[in-house]
Amino acid sequence: MSNIRKAFADGKAFIPFITCGDPDLETTAAVVRSAAENGADLIELGIPFSDPTAEGPVIQGANLRALQGGVTTDRIFSMVRELRKDVSVPMVFMTYANVVFSYGADRFIETCREIGIDGLILPDLPFEEKEEFQPICERCGVDLVSLIAPTSENRIAMIAREAEGFLYIVSSLGVTGVRNEIKTDLASIIKVVRENTDVPCAIGFGISTPEQAARMAELSDGAIVGSAIIRILEKYGKEAPVHVGAYVKEMKDAVARCGR
Amino acid sequence: MSNPNGRFGIHGGQYIPETLMNAVIELEEAYNHYKNDPAFKEELSALFNDYAGRPSRLYYAGKMTEDLGGARIYLKREDLNHTGAHKINNVLGQALLAKKMGKTRLIAETGAGQHGVATATAAALMGMECVVFMGEEDTIRQALNVYRMRLLGATVIPVKTGTATLKDAVSEAMREWTSRISDTHYCLGSVMGPHPFPTIVRDFQAVISQEIKDQLLQKEGRLPDAVIACVGGGSNAIGSFYHFIEDKDVRLIGCEAAGRGVDTFETAATIATGRVGIFHGMKSYFCQDEDGQIAPVYSISAGLDYPGVGPEHAWLHDTGRAEYVPVTDDEAVEAFEYLSRTEGIIPAIESAHAVSYAMKLAPQMEKDRIIVITISGRGDKDCAAIARYRGEDIHE
Repeated sequence: MSNIRKAFADGKAFIPFITCGDPDLETTAAVVRSAAENGADLIELGIPFSDPTAEGPVIQGANLRALQGGVTTDRIFSMVRELRKDVSVPMVFMTYANVVFSYGADRFIETCREIGIDGLILPDLPFEEKEEFQPICERCGVDLVSLIAPTSENRIAMIAREAEGFLYIVSSLGVTGVRNEIKTDLASIIKVVRENTDVPCAIGFGISTPEQAARMAELSDGAIVGSAIIRILEKYGKEAPVHVGAYVKEMKDAVARCGR
Repeated sequence: MSNPNGRFGIHGGQYIPETLMNAVIELEEAYNHYKNDPAFKEELSALFNDYAGRPSRLYYAGKMTEDLGGARIYLKREDLNHTGAHKINNVLGQALLAKKMGKTRLIAETGAGQHGVATATAAALMGMECVVFMGEEDTIRQALNVYRMRLLGATVIPVKTGTATLKDAVSEAMREWTSRISDTHYCLGSVMGPHPFPTIVRDFQAVISQEIKDQLLQKEGRLPDAVIACVGGGSNAIGSFYHFIEDKDVRLIGCEAAGRGVDTFETAATIATGRVGIFHGMKSYFCQDEDGQIAPVYSISAGLDYPGVGPEHAWLHDTGRAEYVPVTDDEAVEAFEYLSRTEGIIPAIESAHAVSYAMKLAPQMEKDRIIVITISGRGDKDCAAIARYRGEDIHE
């Protein structure tokens, strides 16, 4: 069983997203520890990209701050290597195809395996282009996570059948960011997913409150939260770890109440 | 790959969010249907001829030829098209296609503003809503075009992220498209982005090389020795090259914006200074740092101020079929002034990059040789900026 599957083995999962290096890597490492201690089941680590076309203003801002702070791919690898000495929670990288491609896909994905990164989420790598990295991921035992969107319709079954690790269900049209309301008929999407795979699926984009997280976890196997956490980092900077921890605990409790 | 037509060698592809995949698939299916539909072709041809003013003239630049003392120089006058640039060719095609697909809203990015103006024009003509994303920096450099777009009924949204130029306008237009797809067509302005855009835009711009071929055969009874065009994303260049790609004796030369020089960081010469990457939906050459972060680029020309190049150009470069040369701000401004004085034609500062290289090349060629330069747009929009470059502050 891949490490990612373990994140879903104990009931509904709560999955926080953190942009590495916002405001610096020491804070990122502390936030990861705090999230893990407070019940995060899987952690998405964002490697910043200069032009994150799938992100809304909040995560765009985090990318910018991280890059201005001088973060590089190698420094992020070092941080993860250090974290892995005592943090066992499953972790995946979320970044853009060019960050992997430009580093050298082989070298990037082999390093992921070496430092204990369990998967890779690339929002600009759809099903049709996954051959770019899939064979290397397979060889290295790093799950290449697929996304399903509200517009996927006739593509859901095809994507689900080849899914690995977990399926990232995009809750709404548009980019990442907090939303008041999620209107997509997620139940129908997840029904098709379940008919085609036993890989767990988690919902992300637009989730910020415990109520939303609980509702999403009821429909699926877990909830992913990014922008709401980045806002805490924006507000508290280096003091953010304790606040992120408290938030993660609240959110994890909410999804856990949805049962298994 | 399931979609071999989306590739030019290793370049091209569809590196976009899943949210947009069905939209580009639907676009490809519609395009494949309509491109061979006689009624569509007839309608587009009528728009090209009666509305945009095609065919554009192929003008023998006698004074320039005499002055440079080498090859005979012809100018392909895309600047004479309605709205003043080649951009209208692509936009009329895409707007008509979008209309047939039942879309009621066009969104677009723009750099110099020419593509935005063309899109706003087509939207006005066809009764569609129009929203144009333009880097805030460019809204200042090209204030006149912002006014033109608003006059035509479009909403112009200044983009403040990143370098606030063309690349950021593309990113923002893509973000907008993921949030509203059902009634909206993204009218991409160059031969870039995910498949099928590089092919669709190329096909609509290929009218340029078809006309050059026909017109030159009529005037000179033969093909040109060189075709020269400026390259940002590369739409006027691919349009100028396309029907000559199989004519191996015709040199195809793309002129990139070198800004302050290819040995500086203030450049936008992608093929000269970039390397292969994946961005804005395509694999191609990009200006980027060693971590794959897209580099802030610079050129005096807002229309060439882009860190990438269309995938078909990347492939023409890889195969050696086309040559790509850098032209600096200084050289382009000199050519801008030269063509104005010599032929009484004020070219767009973008097109002036092509004129500049022709000024170097023509004297090295025999007098019986022929060069065609594509004047992709007219330079009225640039006059205030060039005056400033020369230290003169004029009010538009």
